[in-house]
Amino acid sequence: MFKQEQLDKISAKKKGWEEKLEATKKKRPERKNKFETHSAIKVEPVYTPLDLADMDYERDLGLPGEYPYTRGVQPNMYRGRLWTMRQYAGFGTAEETNKRFRYLLEQGQTGLSCAFDLPTQIGYDSDHALSKGEVGKVGVAIDSLQDMEILFDQIPLGKVSTSMTINAPAGILLAMYIAVAEKQGVERAKLNGTIQNDIIKEYIARGTYILPPEPSMRLITDIFEFCSEEVPNWNTISISGYHIREAGATAAQEIAFTLADGIAYVDAAIKAGLDVDKFAPRLSFFFNSHLNFLEEVAKFRAARRLWAKIMRERFGAKNPRSWTLRFHTQTAGVSLQAQQPMVNIMRTAYEAMSAVLGGTQSLHTNSYDEALALPSDESVLIALRTQQVIGYETGVCDTVDPLAGSYYVESLTNGVEEQAQEYIDKIDALGGAPKAIEFMQKEIHNAAYKYQVEIDTQERIVVGLNRFQMEEKKLEDLLKVDLTVGDNQERKLKKLRAERDNAKVESILAALREAAQGDANLMPIFIDAVKAYTTLGEICGVLRDVYGEYQQQIVF
Amino acid sequence: MNEKRIRVLVAKPGLDGHDRGAKVIAQALRDSGMEVVYTGLRQTPEQIVSAALQEDVNVVGMSILSGAHATLFPEVVKLLKEQGAEDVLVVGGGIIPEEDIPELKAAGIHEVFTPGTPLDKVVNYIKENVKN
Repeated sequence: MFKQEQLDKISAKKKGWEEKLEATKKKRPERKNKFETHSAIKVEPVYTPLDLADMDYERDLGLPGEYPYTRGVQPNMYRGRLWTMRQYAGFGTAEETNKRFRYLLEQGQTGLSCAFDLPTQIGYDSDHALSKGEVGKVGVAIDSLQDMEILFDQIPLGKVSTSMTINAPAGILLAMYIAVAEKQGVERAKLNGTIQNDIIKEYIARGTYILPPEPSMRLITDIFEFCSEEVPNWNTISISGYHIREAGATAAQEIAFTLADGIAYVDAAIKAGLDVDKFAPRLSFFFNSHLNFLEEVAKFRAARRLWAKIMRERFGAKNPRSWTLRFHTQTAGVSLQAQQPMVNIMRTAYEAMSAVLGGTQSLHTNSYDEALALPSDESVLIALRTQQVIGYETGVCDTVDPLAGSYYVESLTNGVEEQAQEYIDKIDALGGAPKAIEFMQKEIHNAAYKYQVEIDTQERIVVGLNRFQMEEKKLEDLLKVDLTVGDNQERKLKKLRAERDNAKVESILAALREAAQGDANLMPIFIDAVKAYTTLGEICGVLRDVYGEYQQQIVF
Repeated sequence: MNEKRIRVLVAKPGLDGHDRGAKVIAQALRDSGMEVVYTGLRQTPEQIVSAALQEDVNVVGMSILSGAHATLFPEVVKLLKEQGAEDVLVVGGGIIPEEDIPELKAAGIHEVFTPGTPLDKVVNYIKENVKN
């Protein structure tokens, strides 16, 4: 980017400046012993063209919407349309969540994002012994198509796009969504949305797995195949670094482990006989946006560049849509504090701004009360308004990738990419992500422990927690999940089992058992099963029987 | 000095998969000289109590972020008592609303640590309160 002659001049000048800097440091010592990013990249006092001496604009950045997509996946980015403002919501019963969904849509939200409770995510009905105490707690309880019909009542599925945070039983929830849409008269080919469907990060960091890796990967490739034919606008997977980061990973680890998981899915689908350019355009990603503002921007840019190279060079994809990394972002839940919770609004706003400057396709902003409870109507509204302020008032969306060319941001982009590439190489050497789960868990745990020790020793300052503490009033109006949700779900299930055609359910479950033992695509039978009001727990019960359950290795 | 080392079971009851906190606490306790066993995810109260007895621990520390603490923590205390292990110090942590804490304490949870607690505070509490 710079002529050698220019660089030599700058280099000579900088030597003199460095002497000045040393003299200044004697008078005004530096605030910290070391300056580094969350990924432990050393931060210099100043960046100049010398730090980008090897950069080749065409090769490393390119123009927006062009390979390697460092600057964004579309040519005009937010000048065309702002990101999708998508608040993750779900609690209690389908009725309550339906109300929250409709409230958010009325307030100008542009897409839905559904949280399911843990029994739903792990494939147990609400009346299962292991569901005790968990029904409706971290998301909405869905036992059968009946609940799903209530959840999307009066929401036109042909018009909204819906993201569902569902992994191990993703195919079954997608089947329910298709069934509800068809009841509304919307064809499946018209549906827009995303299922998370990323099992590897469940093993690594999130914990809602059911089956062992092999059958889980088969369910995932079944979904890829089915959707490429029948639900062409559906994002069949959201390969997620969010939870890996929440578990303690650094920025570089977050993208490295996520892209390594992505490589594993692409490998599996190619092995299953699918054409890479047929399924890869529907792969999507999900990242965290944490507090180190500029490293986060750099991280998103580095992730796009890495993925483009992986898809084009490693997998030989020809379709440019296969090269683009499209992603959803959520601000960092772990950065929220229980102390002085209103301060969380500021943290979230900066994190959201990083995601926007990093070129996200959709965004969830956390609510200020989430270190204490599920968000209230009031706190979730402020979170949504934060996005609207960024989008409509700050002007950062008026040009594409405005931080490009910053010596620091480009250096960080290179730094995060290099560190991530080293991790990807290590994971490749271990035989790929499914074989490197314990390695990744150990790395994440070490980073999490280091972060906590830094807070405890005040090497890392957290406002209101280890500095600037004060006596405070308790936050009022926290959301409380109705404790009778579990009983209500149990009653509903009892009634459902008494009223539905049980002979039909039995015969479908027998057919499912047989299909699961063979290798036909399981999606059509999931759709038949949910339409007959077979419960989620019954379907997953058969899968558990046929394939067994995943046994976690304990690493810490 | 031949003081017996404190033995701790760190447990994740229920279906919650968030184990960052549990593992960080487990390591801090281990670094402070205690012997620590971590159960892994998705433990029923019965499994936790049986592991506590088998490992002969002095302390059971549980972590829940899903909101199921009110159901699962007291169940563990109850089962420990039934097994004659009422000497075991039981502590809990996670996203636990302040107003739930008195009830948990009344049910026999000795202390509840909420977000933002420094590691030292947990280590010291256990050292000072354990019946060894």
